[in-house]
Amino acid sequence: MLRDITLGQFFPGTSLLHRLDPRAKLVSVVLFVASLFISKSFWGYGLCILFLAWCIRISGISPKMILKSLKPLVIILCFTGILNMFYTPGEVLARFWIFKITREGIYTAAYMILRIVLLIAATSMLTYTTSPIALTDAIERLLNPLKKIHVPVHEFAMMMTIALRFIPTLIEETDKIMSAQKARGADFETGGIIDKAKALVPILVPLFVSAFRRADELATAMECRLYHGGEGRTRLNTLVMTGRDYAALGFMGVFCLLVIYAERLVSILL
Amino acid sequence: MEARAILSAEGLTFRYPTEEGHEEHAALDAVNIAVEKGEFVAVLGHNGSGKSTFAKHLNAILLPTGGAVYIDNMDTRDENLLLAIRETCGMVFQNPDNQIVATVVEEDVAFAPENMGIAPAEIRERVDRCLEIVGMSDFKRHAPHLLSGGQKQRIAIAGVLAMEPSILVMDEPTAMLDPSGRREVMHTIGQLNREKGITVVLITHHMDEAAQAGRVIVMSDGKVAMEGTPEAVFARVDEIRDLALLPPQTVDLLHRLNKAGYDLPLDTLSVEACADVLETFLRQ
Repeated sequence: MLRDITLGQFFPGTSLLHRLDPRAKLVSVVLFVASLFISKSFWGYGLCILFLAWCIRISGISPKMILKSLKPLVIILCFTGILNMFYTPGEVLARFWIFKITREGIYTAAYMILRIVLLIAATSMLTYTTSPIALTDAIERLLNPLKKIHVPVHEFAMMMTIALRFIPTLIEETDKIMSAQKARGADFETGGIIDKAKALVPILVPLFVSAFRRADELATAMECRLYHGGEGRTRLNTLVMTGRDYAALGFMGVFCLLVIYAERLVSILL
Repeated sequence: MEARAILSAEGLTFRYPTEEGHEEHAALDAVNIAVEKGEFVAVLGHNGSGKSTFAKHLNAILLPTGGAVYIDNMDTRDENLLLAIRETCGMVFQNPDNQIVATVVEEDVAFAPENMGIAPAEIRERVDRCLEIVGMSDFKRHAPHLLSGGQKQRIAIAGVLAMEPSILVMDEPTAMLDPSGRREVMHTIGQLNREKGITVVLITHHMDEAAQAGRVIVMSDGKVAMEGTPEAVFARVDEIRDLALLPPQTVDLLHRLNKAGYDLPLDTLSVEACADVLETFLRQ
Protein backbone atom coordinates (compact mmCIF):
# COMPACT_ATOMS: atom_id res chain seq x y z
CA MET A 1 0.00 0.00 0.00
CA LEU A 2 2.82 2.40 0.82
CA ARG A 3 5.25 1.06 -1.73
CA ASP A 4 3.98 3.02 -4.73
CA ILE A 5 5.15 6.42 -3.56
CA THR A 6 7.31 7.72 -6.41
CA LEU A 7 8.71 10.69 -4.57
CA GLY A 8 11.89 11.79 -6.27
CA GLN A 9 12.13 8.51 -8.12
CA PHE A 10 15.37 8.09 -9.99
CA PHE A 11 16.12 5.81 -12.95
CA PRO A 12 19.87 5.28 -13.28
CA GLY A 13 21.19 5.54 -16.82
CA THR A 14 24.02 6.80 -18.99
CA SER A 15 22.25 9.13 -21.41
CA LEU A 16 23.36 12.70 -22.08
CA LEU A 17 20.69 13.93 -19.67
CA HIS A 18 21.95 11.62 -16.94
CA ARG A 19 25.53 12.75 -17.40
CA LEU A 20 24.91 16.48 -17.34
CA ASP A 21 25.96 18.32 -14.20
CA PRO A 22 22.97 18.45 -11.82
CA ARG A 23 23.44 22.20 -11.41
CA ALA A 24 23.17 22.69 -15.18
CA LYS A 25 20.03 20.54 -15.21
CA LEU A 26 18.46 22.34 -12.29
CA VAL A 27 19.06 25.77 -13.80
CA SER A 28 17.78 24.49 -17.17
CA VAL A 29 14.54 23.30 -15.63
CA VAL A 30 14.08 26.63 -13.87
CA LEU A 31 14.65 28.46 -17.20
CA PHE A 32 12.26 26.10 -18.98
CA VAL A 33 9.52 26.63 -16.39
CA ALA A 34 10.05 30.39 -16.42
CA SER A 35 9.71 30.64 -20.18
CA LEU A 36 6.66 28.41 -19.98
CA PHE A 37 4.94 30.93 -17.78
CA ILE A 38 6.08 34.01 -19.68
CA SER A 39 5.12 32.66 -23.09
CA LYS A 40 1.57 33.35 -24.26
CA SER A 41 1.53 31.70 -27.67
CA PHE A 42 0.78 28.24 -28.94
CA TRP A 43 3.93 28.38 -31.08
CA GLY A 44 5.96 28.68 -27.86
CA TYR A 45 4.17 25.76 -26.27
CA GLY A 46 4.67 23.78 -29.47
CA LEU A 47 8.43 24.35 -29.16
CA CYS A 48 8.33 23.28 -25.49
CA ILE A 49 6.47 20.08 -26.33
CA LEU A 50 8.91 19.23 -29.13
CA PHE A 51 11.90 19.92 -26.90
CA LEU A 52 10.52 17.87 -24.02
CA ALA A 53 9.66 14.99 -26.36
CA TRP A 54 13.25 15.06 -27.63
CA CYS A 55 14.55 15.03 -24.02
CA ILE A 56 12.37 12.06 -23.12
CA ARG A 57 13.59 10.26 -26.24
CA ILE A 58 17.30 10.68 -25.58
CA SER A 59 16.95 9.96 -21.85
CA GLY A 60 15.74 6.44 -22.58
CA ILE A 61 12.98 6.80 -19.98
CA SER A 62 9.69 5.32 -21.08
CA PRO A 63 7.01 7.97 -21.82
CA LYS A 64 4.74 5.83 -19.66
CA MET A 65 6.66 6.98 -16.59
CA ILE A 66 5.98 10.62 -17.50
CA LEU A 67 2.28 9.84 -17.88
CA LYS A 68 2.39 8.10 -14.53
CA SER A 69 3.82 11.22 -12.91
CA LEU A 70 0.84 13.18 -14.29
CA LYS A 71 -1.76 10.76 -12.99
CA PRO A 72 -2.16 12.24 -9.50
CA LEU A 73 -2.79 15.61 -11.14
CA VAL A 74 -5.76 14.59 -13.27
CA ILE A 75 -8.25 16.02 -10.79
CA ILE A 76 -6.37 19.31 -10.45
CA LEU A 77 -6.09 19.55 -14.23
CA CYS A 78 -9.83 19.00 -14.73
CA PHE A 79 -10.62 21.49 -12.00
CA THR A 80 -8.33 24.17 -13.46
CA GLY A 81 -9.67 23.54 -16.95
CA ILE A 82 -13.33 23.76 -15.97
CA LEU A 83 -12.90 26.82 -13.76
CA ASN A 84 -11.02 28.72 -16.45
CA MET A 85 -13.47 27.70 -19.13
CA PHE A 86 -16.53 29.02 -17.28
CA TYR A 87 -15.18 31.99 -15.41
CA THR A 88 -13.18 33.86 -18.01
CA PRO A 89 -15.16 36.80 -19.37
CA GLY A 90 -15.24 37.33 -23.13
CA GLU A 91 -17.07 36.37 -26.31
CA VAL A 92 -19.78 33.90 -25.35
CA LEU A 93 -19.87 30.70 -27.44
CA ALA A 94 -22.41 28.61 -25.58
CA ARG A 95 -24.75 29.23 -22.69
CA PHE A 96 -26.89 26.98 -20.49
CA TRP A 97 -28.58 27.80 -17.20
CA ILE A 98 -26.18 30.09 -15.30
CA PHE A 99 -23.07 28.81 -17.10
CA LYS A 100 -21.49 30.26 -20.17
CA ILE A 101 -18.45 29.17 -22.12
CA THR A 102 -16.32 31.87 -23.70
CA ARG A 103 -13.73 31.68 -26.47
CA GLU A 104 -11.15 33.26 -24.13
CA GLY A 105 -12.15 30.74 -21.48
CA ILE A 106 -11.32 27.82 -23.75
CA TYR A 107 -7.96 29.33 -24.65
CA THR A 108 -7.04 30.05 -21.01
CA ALA A 109 -8.08 26.57 -19.98
CA ALA A 110 -5.92 25.03 -22.69
CA TYR A 111 -2.97 27.26 -21.73
CA MET A 112 -3.26 26.40 -18.07
CA ILE A 113 -3.54 22.66 -18.65
CA LEU A 114 -0.62 22.68 -21.08
CA ARG A 115 1.47 24.71 -18.65
CA ILE A 116 0.84 22.39 -15.72
CA VAL A 117 1.43 19.26 -17.80
CA LEU A 118 4.68 20.62 -19.22
CA LEU A 119 5.78 21.85 -15.79
CA ILE A 120 5.26 18.46 -14.16
CA ALA A 121 6.77 16.58 -17.09
CA ALA A 122 9.89 18.77 -17.07
CA THR A 123 10.44 18.51 -13.32
CA SER A 124 9.85 14.75 -13.40
CA MET A 125 12.48 14.50 -16.13
CA LEU A 126 14.85 16.23 -13.71
CA THR A 127 14.18 13.83 -10.83
CA TYR A 128 14.07 10.79 -13.13
CA THR A 129 17.54 11.48 -14.50
CA THR A 130 19.23 12.92 -11.38
CA SER A 131 19.88 11.00 -8.18
CA PRO A 132 18.46 12.69 -5.06
CA ILE A 133 21.98 13.02 -3.69
CA ALA A 134 23.23 14.80 -6.81
CA LEU A 135 20.19 17.05 -6.68
CA THR A 136 20.79 17.94 -3.03
CA ASP A 137 24.43 18.61 -3.85
CA ALA A 138 23.41 20.86 -6.71
CA ILE A 139 21.02 22.83 -4.52
CA GLU A 140 23.68 23.20 -1.84
CA ARG A 141 26.24 24.43 -4.34
CA LEU A 142 23.84 26.78 -6.11
CA LEU A 143 22.70 28.32 -2.83
CA ASN A 144 26.26 28.56 -1.50
CA PRO A 145 26.44 32.37 -1.91
CA LEU A 146 23.58 32.63 0.60
CA LYS A 147 25.96 31.39 3.32
CA LYS A 148 27.43 34.88 3.34
CA ILE A 149 24.15 36.20 4.73
CA HIS A 150 24.06 33.35 7.29
CA VAL A 151 21.51 31.13 5.60
CA PRO A 152 22.27 27.60 6.90
CA VAL A 153 22.57 26.11 3.40
CA HIS A 154 24.70 23.14 4.43
CA GLU A 155 22.34 22.24 7.25
CA PHE A 156 19.33 22.30 4.91
CA ALA A 157 21.12 20.09 2.41
CA MET A 158 22.11 17.68 5.19
CA MET A 159 18.53 17.55 6.46
CA MET A 160 17.31 16.78 2.97
CA THR A 161 19.84 13.98 2.52
CA ILE A 162 18.85 12.43 5.84
CA ALA A 163 15.15 12.79 5.07
CA LEU A 164 15.67 11.01 1.74
CA ARG A 165 17.71 8.33 3.44
CA PHE A 166 15.02 7.65 6.05
CA ILE A 167 11.93 7.65 3.82
CA PRO A 168 12.25 3.94 2.94
CA THR A 169 13.19 3.07 6.54
CA LEU A 170 10.15 4.84 7.96
CA ILE A 171 7.82 3.40 5.30
CA GLU A 172 9.05 -0.07 6.21
CA GLU A 173 8.47 0.73 9.85
CA THR A 174 4.94 2.00 9.16
CA ASP A 175 4.16 -1.25 7.35
CA LYS A 176 5.44 -3.20 10.35
CA ILE A 177 3.41 -1.18 12.84
CA MET A 178 0.28 -1.53 10.69
CA SER A 179 0.73 -5.29 10.49
CA ALA A 180 1.23 -5.43 14.24
CA GLN A 181 -1.95 -3.41 14.86
CA LYS A 182 -3.90 -5.44 12.33
CA ALA A 183 -2.77 -8.62 14.04
CA ARG A 184 -4.34 -7.26 17.20
CA GLY A 185 -7.61 -6.50 15.48
CA ALA A 186 -7.18 -2.91 14.31
CA ASP A 187 -9.41 -2.00 11.36
CA PHE A 188 -8.00 0.40 8.77
CA GLU A 189 -10.31 -0.44 5.88
CA THR A 190 -13.91 0.20 6.92
CA GLY A 191 -15.72 3.22 8.32
CA GLY A 192 -15.95 6.85 7.28
CA ILE A 193 -13.16 9.36 6.94
CA ILE A 194 -13.24 10.18 10.65
CA ASP A 195 -13.03 6.52 11.63
CA LYS A 196 -10.13 6.02 9.26
CA ALA A 197 -8.31 9.07 10.61
CA LYS A 198 -8.85 7.83 14.15
CA ALA A 199 -7.45 4.44 13.17
CA LEU A 200 -4.21 6.18 12.14
CA VAL A 201 -3.47 7.44 15.65
CA PRO A 202 -2.16 4.08 16.94
CA ILE A 203 0.16 4.00 13.90
CA LEU A 204 1.43 7.56 14.13
CA VAL A 205 2.22 7.52 17.84
CA PRO A 206 4.67 4.59 17.76
CA LEU A 207 6.05 5.85 14.44
CA PHE A 208 6.89 9.22 15.93
CA VAL A 209 8.39 7.71 19.05
CA SER A 210 10.60 5.48 16.96
CA ALA A 211 11.53 8.33 14.61
CA PHE A 212 12.72 10.40 17.55
CA ARG A 213 14.73 7.48 18.92
CA ARG A 214 16.29 6.95 15.51
CA ALA A 215 17.13 10.64 15.23
CA ASP A 216 18.85 10.52 18.60
CA GLU A 217 20.92 7.47 17.69
CA LEU A 218 21.78 8.84 14.27
CA ALA A 219 22.97 12.11 15.82
CA THR A 220 25.28 10.20 18.16
CA ALA A 221 26.55 8.04 15.30
CA MET A 222 27.20 11.13 13.18
CA GLU A 223 29.11 12.78 15.99
CA CYS A 224 31.16 9.62 16.42
CA ARG A 225 32.03 9.94 12.76
CA LEU A 226 33.39 13.41 13.39
CA TYR A 227 30.48 15.42 12.00
CA HIS A 228 30.81 19.01 13.15
CA GLY A 229 28.82 21.01 10.63
CA GLY A 230 29.72 22.08 7.13
CA GLU A 231 32.93 23.85 8.02
CA GLY A 232 36.05 22.31 6.53
CA ARG A 233 34.04 19.48 5.01
CA THR A 234 35.19 18.01 1.70
CA ARG A 235 33.18 15.82 -0.66
CA LEU A 236 33.84 12.43 -2.21
CA ASN A 237 32.27 13.42 -5.51
CA THR A 238 32.84 17.05 -6.34
CA LEU A 239 30.70 18.58 -9.05
CA VAL A 240 32.64 19.82 -12.06
CA MET A 241 31.01 21.84 -14.81
CA THR A 242 32.40 20.75 -18.20
CA GLY A 243 32.12 22.38 -21.61
CA ARG A 244 29.12 20.17 -22.28
CA ASP A 245 27.28 21.60 -19.28
CA TYR A 246 27.98 25.18 -20.32
CA ALA A 247 26.84 24.33 -23.85
CA ALA A 248 23.59 22.90 -22.45
CA LEU A 249 23.01 26.06 -20.41
CA GLY A 250 23.70 28.25 -23.43
CA PHE A 251 21.31 26.18 -25.51
CA MET A 252 18.62 26.53 -22.84
CA GLY A 253 19.09 30.29 -22.78
CA VAL A 254 18.56 30.54 -26.54
CA PHE A 255 15.64 28.12 -26.32
CA CYS A 256 13.95 30.26 -23.66
CA LEU A 257 14.21 33.38 -25.80
CA LEU A 258 12.78 31.42 -28.75
CA VAL A 259 9.81 30.26 -26.67
CA ILE A 260 9.11 33.71 -25.22
CA TYR A 261 9.32 35.52 -28.58
CA ALA A 262 7.87 32.67 -30.63
CA GLU A 263 4.78 34.61 -31.70
CA ARG A 264 6.75 37.63 -32.87
CA LEU A 265 9.25 35.45 -34.74
CA VAL A 266 6.48 33.56 -36.50
CA SER A 267 4.74 36.76 -37.55
CA ILE A 268 8.03 38.12 -38.95
CA LEU A 269 8.76 34.91 -40.84
CA LEU A 270 5.29 34.57 -42.33
CA MET B 1 55.61 7.36 34.74
CA GLU B 2 54.71 3.96 33.42
CA ALA B 3 53.42 3.99 29.84
CA ARG B 4 49.64 3.77 29.59
CA ALA B 5 47.85 1.15 27.51
CA ILE B 6 46.21 2.45 24.31
CA LEU B 7 42.87 2.33 26.07
CA SER B 8 42.76 2.77 29.78
CA ALA B 9 39.99 3.44 32.27
CA GLU B 10 41.26 4.46 35.69
CA GLY B 11 38.85 4.40 38.58
CA LEU B 12 36.08 5.19 36.09
CA THR B 13 32.84 6.07 37.86
CA PHE B 14 29.66 7.26 36.22
CA ARG B 15 26.29 8.17 37.69
CA TYR B 16 23.38 8.94 35.43
CA PRO B 17 21.74 12.18 36.44
CA THR B 18 18.55 11.23 38.29
CA GLU B 19 15.46 13.03 39.40
CA GLU B 20 15.61 14.65 42.78
CA GLY B 21 14.87 12.47 45.75
CA HIS B 22 16.18 9.34 44.12
CA GLU B 23 19.32 7.63 45.27
CA GLU B 24 21.99 8.10 42.65
CA HIS B 25 22.97 4.72 41.35
CA ALA B 26 26.46 4.29 39.95
CA ALA B 27 26.23 2.79 36.46
CA LEU B 28 29.98 2.39 36.60
CA ASP B 29 31.74 2.04 39.92
CA ALA B 30 35.50 2.58 40.02
CA VAL B 31 36.22 0.48 36.95
CA ASN B 32 39.83 -0.20 36.02
CA ILE B 33 40.31 -1.62 32.56
CA ALA B 34 43.37 -1.46 30.33
CA VAL B 35 43.47 -2.70 26.77
CA GLU B 36 46.80 -3.07 24.97
CA LYS B 37 47.38 -2.27 21.32
CA GLY B 38 46.23 -5.09 19.01
CA GLU B 39 44.16 -6.87 21.63
CA PHE B 40 40.68 -8.29 21.02
CA VAL B 41 38.70 -7.83 24.22
CA ALA B 42 35.09 -8.85 24.74
CA VAL B 43 33.06 -7.13 27.44
CA LEU B 44 30.23 -9.33 28.67
CA GLY B 45 27.38 -8.63 30.97
CA HIS B 46 23.62 -8.88 31.28
CA ASN B 47 21.34 -5.88 30.73
CA GLY B 48 22.13 -3.02 33.07
CA SER B 49 25.57 -4.32 33.95
CA GLY B 50 27.15 -1.09 32.73
CA LYS B 51 28.81 -2.51 29.64
CA SER B 52 27.16 -0.09 27.20
CA THR B 53 27.79 2.83 29.54
CA PHE B 54 31.43 1.79 29.58
CA ALA B 55 31.52 1.72 25.76
CA LYS B 56 30.05 5.22 25.57
CA HIS B 57 32.93 6.52 27.69
CA LEU B 58 35.52 5.30 25.22
CA ASN B 59 34.92 8.09 22.74
CA ALA B 60 33.54 10.74 25.02
CA ILE B 61 29.82 10.33 24.29
CA LEU B 62 29.60 10.22 28.07
CA LEU B 63 32.15 11.83 30.36
CA PRO B 64 33.20 10.21 33.65
CA THR B 65 31.78 11.66 36.85
CA GLY B 66 34.79 10.19 38.65
CA GLY B 67 38.12 8.79 37.54
CA ALA B 68 39.31 9.13 33.95
CA VAL B 69 39.51 7.44 30.56
CA TYR B 70 42.59 7.74 28.39
CA ILE B 71 42.54 6.89 24.70
CA ASP B 72 46.07 6.75 23.35
CA ASN B 73 47.10 8.98 26.28
CA MET B 74 44.36 11.54 25.53
CA ASP B 75 42.04 12.40 28.40
CA THR B 76 38.42 12.16 27.20
CA ARG B 77 37.48 15.08 29.45
CA ASP B 78 39.62 17.44 27.37
CA GLU B 79 37.19 19.03 24.91
CA ASN B 80 39.96 20.16 22.57
CA LEU B 81 40.88 16.53 21.97
CA LEU B 82 37.33 15.40 21.19
CA LEU B 83 37.75 15.00 17.42
CA ALA B 84 41.17 13.39 17.81
CA ILE B 85 39.77 10.90 20.33
CA ARG B 86 36.84 9.99 18.10
CA GLU B 87 39.19 9.58 15.17
CA THR B 88 41.39 7.21 17.17
CA CYS B 89 38.54 5.26 18.68
CA GLY B 90 35.82 4.39 16.16
CA MET B 91 32.44 3.26 17.41
CA VAL B 92 29.90 0.91 15.83
CA PHE B 93 26.41 0.74 17.28
CA GLN B 94 23.70 -1.85 17.56
CA ASN B 95 21.25 -0.76 14.89
CA PRO B 96 22.84 -0.41 11.44
CA ASP B 97 19.79 1.50 10.15
CA ASN B 98 20.41 4.34 12.56
CA GLN B 99 24.08 4.76 11.69
CA ILE B 100 23.89 5.07 7.94
CA VAL B 101 23.66 8.68 6.82
CA ALA B 102 23.67 8.63 3.03
CA THR B 103 21.46 7.08 0.35
CA VAL B 104 24.35 5.43 -1.50
CA VAL B 105 26.77 2.97 0.12
CA GLU B 106 29.99 4.68 -0.98
CA GLU B 107 28.69 8.11 0.00
CA ASP B 108 28.02 6.77 3.47
CA VAL B 109 31.49 5.29 3.86
CA ALA B 110 32.86 8.66 2.70
CA PHE B 111 30.96 10.52 5.42
CA ALA B 112 33.67 10.45 8.11
CA PRO B 113 36.61 11.31 5.81
CA GLU B 114 34.50 14.13 4.35
CA ASN B 115 34.07 15.49 7.85
CA MET B 116 37.82 15.25 8.37
CA GLY B 117 38.34 17.49 5.35
CA ILE B 118 40.41 14.99 3.39
CA ALA B 119 41.06 15.60 -0.33
CA PRO B 120 38.54 13.91 -2.67
CA ALA B 121 41.14 11.64 -4.30
CA GLU B 122 42.19 10.24 -0.93
CA ILE B 123 38.58 9.84 0.20
CA ARG B 124 37.96 7.75 -2.92
CA GLU B 125 40.99 5.61 -2.07
CA ARG B 126 39.87 5.11 1.54
CA VAL B 127 36.29 4.28 0.53
CA ASP B 128 37.42 1.66 -1.96
CA ARG B 129 39.89 0.17 0.51
CA CYS B 130 37.41 0.01 3.42
CA LEU B 131 34.67 -1.53 1.29
CA GLU B 132 37.19 -4.09 0.10
CA ILE B 133 38.15 -4.94 3.71
CA VAL B 134 34.53 -5.63 4.73
CA GLY B 135 33.89 -7.44 1.45
CA MET B 136 31.22 -5.05 0.18
CA SER B 137 32.97 -3.63 -2.90
CA ASP B 138 30.30 -5.02 -5.21
CA PHE B 139 27.63 -2.95 -3.48
CA LYS B 140 29.34 0.43 -3.82
CA ARG B 141 26.53 2.08 -5.76
CA HIS B 142 23.66 0.36 -3.94
CA ALA B 143 21.04 1.95 -1.74
CA PRO B 144 21.66 0.85 1.89
CA HIS B 145 18.00 0.11 2.63
CA LEU B 146 18.00 -2.70 0.06
CA LEU B 147 20.82 -4.60 1.82
CA SER B 148 20.52 -7.28 4.50
CA GLY B 149 21.17 -6.50 8.16
CA GLY B 150 24.61 -8.10 8.13
CA GLN B 151 25.56 -6.21 4.99
CA LYS B 152 24.32 -2.93 6.45
CA GLN B 153 26.35 -3.50 9.61
CA ARG B 154 29.45 -4.21 7.50
CA ILE B 155 28.83 -0.90 5.70
CA ALA B 156 28.60 0.79 9.10
CA ILE B 157 31.93 -0.82 10.07
CA ALA B 158 33.48 0.35 6.78
CA GLY B 159 32.17 3.85 7.51
CA VAL B 160 34.03 3.85 10.83
CA LEU B 161 37.17 2.22 9.36
CA ALA B 162 37.39 5.07 6.85
CA MET B 163 38.60 7.27 9.73
CA GLU B 164 41.50 4.80 10.05
CA PRO B 165 41.00 4.37 13.81
CA SER B 166 43.45 2.30 15.82
CA ILE B 167 40.68 1.15 18.19
CA LEU B 168 37.27 -0.17 17.18
CA VAL B 169 34.58 -0.25 19.86
CA MET B 170 31.45 -2.21 19.00
CA ASP B 171 28.37 -1.92 21.12
CA GLU B 172 26.44 -5.16 20.52
CA PRO B 173 26.91 -4.95 16.76
CA THR B 174 25.14 -8.25 16.14
CA ALA B 175 22.15 -7.84 18.45
CA MET B 176 19.76 -6.94 15.62
CA LEU B 177 21.07 -9.45 13.09
CA ASP B 178 20.02 -12.94 12.04
CA PRO B 179 22.50 -15.81 12.55
CA SER B 180 24.08 -15.51 9.09
CA GLY B 181 24.43 -11.72 9.53
CA ARG B 182 26.07 -12.33 12.90
CA ARG B 183 28.54 -14.74 11.35
CA GLU B 184 29.42 -12.21 8.60
CA VAL B 185 30.01 -9.43 11.10
CA MET B 186 32.00 -11.59 13.56
CA HIS B 187 34.14 -12.82 10.69
CA THR B 188 34.86 -9.23 9.63
CA ILE B 189 35.70 -8.20 13.20
CA GLY B 190 38.12 -11.12 13.66
CA GLN B 191 39.78 -10.34 10.36
CA LEU B 192 40.25 -6.66 11.23
CA ASN B 193 41.91 -7.62 14.50
CA ARG B 194 44.20 -10.31 13.07
CA GLU B 195 45.12 -8.82 9.70
CA LYS B 196 44.98 -5.07 10.26
CA GLY B 197 46.13 -5.13 13.90
CA ILE B 198 43.17 -3.01 14.99
CA THR B 199 42.44 -3.09 18.70
CA VAL B 200 38.88 -4.36 19.16
CA VAL B 201 36.59 -3.90 22.14
CA LEU B 202 33.43 -5.92 21.58
CA ILE B 203 30.48 -5.33 23.88
CA THR B 204 28.18 -8.34 23.70
CA HIS B 205 25.94 -10.68 25.59
CA HIS B 206 26.56 -13.64 23.28
CA MET B 207 28.95 -16.11 24.88
CA ASP B 208 30.00 -17.65 21.57
CA GLU B 209 31.04 -14.20 20.29
CA ALA B 210 33.00 -13.47 23.44
CA ALA B 211 34.68 -16.84 23.04
CA GLN B 212 36.38 -15.57 19.86
CA ALA B 213 38.13 -12.78 21.76
CA GLY B 214 41.61 -12.94 23.24
CA ARG B 215 40.42 -11.71 26.61
CA VAL B 216 37.03 -11.54 28.28
CA ILE B 217 35.89 -9.00 30.85
CA VAL B 218 32.62 -9.78 32.61
CA MET B 219 30.83 -6.80 34.08
CA SER B 220 28.12 -6.82 36.67
CA ASP B 221 26.46 -3.98 38.52
CA GLY B 222 28.94 -1.43 37.21
CA LYS B 223 32.00 -3.37 38.30
CA VAL B 224 34.42 -5.78 36.67
CA ALA B 225 33.31 -9.18 37.97
CA MET B 226 35.67 -11.50 36.10
CA GLU B 227 38.55 -11.11 33.73
CA GLY B 228 40.79 -13.52 31.81
CA THR B 229 41.07 -15.67 28.72
CA PRO B 230 37.73 -16.99 27.44
CA GLU B 231 38.70 -20.51 28.51
CA ALA B 232 39.54 -19.45 32.04
CA VAL B 233 36.44 -17.27 32.47
CA PHE B 234 33.93 -19.72 31.03
CA ALA B 235 35.29 -22.58 33.11
CA ARG B 236 33.90 -20.78 36.17
CA VAL B 237 30.39 -21.96 35.24
CA ASP B 238 28.69 -21.37 38.59
CA GLU B 239 29.95 -17.80 38.91
CA ILE B 240 28.78 -17.02 35.35
CA ARG B 241 25.32 -18.33 36.19
CA ASP B 242 25.25 -16.16 39.30
CA LEU B 243 25.77 -13.14 37.05
CA ALA B 244 22.63 -14.08 35.08
CA LEU B 245 24.66 -15.14 32.03
CA LEU B 246 24.56 -18.44 30.19
CA PRO B 247 27.85 -20.26 29.72
CA PRO B 248 28.59 -21.58 26.17
CA GLN B 249 26.71 -24.79 25.44
CA THR B 250 29.89 -26.86 25.14
CA VAL B 251 31.11 -25.78 28.56
CA ASP B 252 27.62 -26.23 29.96
CA LEU B 253 27.45 -29.83 28.73
CA LEU B 254 30.82 -30.78 30.24
CA HIS B 255 29.97 -28.98 33.45
CA ARG B 256 26.77 -30.99 33.82
CA LEU B 257 28.68 -34.22 33.21
CA ASN B 258 31.17 -33.17 35.88
CA LYS B 259 28.36 -32.56 38.29
CA ALA B 260 27.15 -36.08 37.61
CA GLY B 261 30.48 -37.33 38.88
CA TYR B 262 32.84 -37.21 35.90
CA ASP B 263 36.05 -35.28 35.70
CA LEU B 264 36.31 -33.45 32.39
CA PRO B 265 38.27 -30.32 31.47
CA LEU B 266 36.04 -27.27 30.97
CA ASP B 267 38.28 -25.16 28.69
CA THR B 268 36.59 -26.27 25.48
CA LEU B 269 34.96 -23.44 23.60
CA SER B 270 34.50 -24.90 20.12
CA VAL B 271 32.16 -27.76 19.34
CA GLU B 272 35.12 -29.68 17.85
CA ALA B 273 37.22 -29.35 21.00
CA CYS B 274 34.26 -30.47 23.08
CA ALA B 275 33.71 -33.48 20.83
CA ASP B 276 37.40 -34.39 21.14
CA VAL B 277 37.22 -34.29 24.92
CA LEU B 278 34.17 -36.51 24.94
CA GLU B 279 35.74 -38.92 22.45
CA THR B 280 38.95 -39.35 24.47
CA PHE B 281 36.87 -39.78 27.58
CA LEU B 282 34.60 -42.40 26.04
CA ARG B 283 37.56 -44.37 24.69
CA GLN B 284 39.14 -44.64 28.13
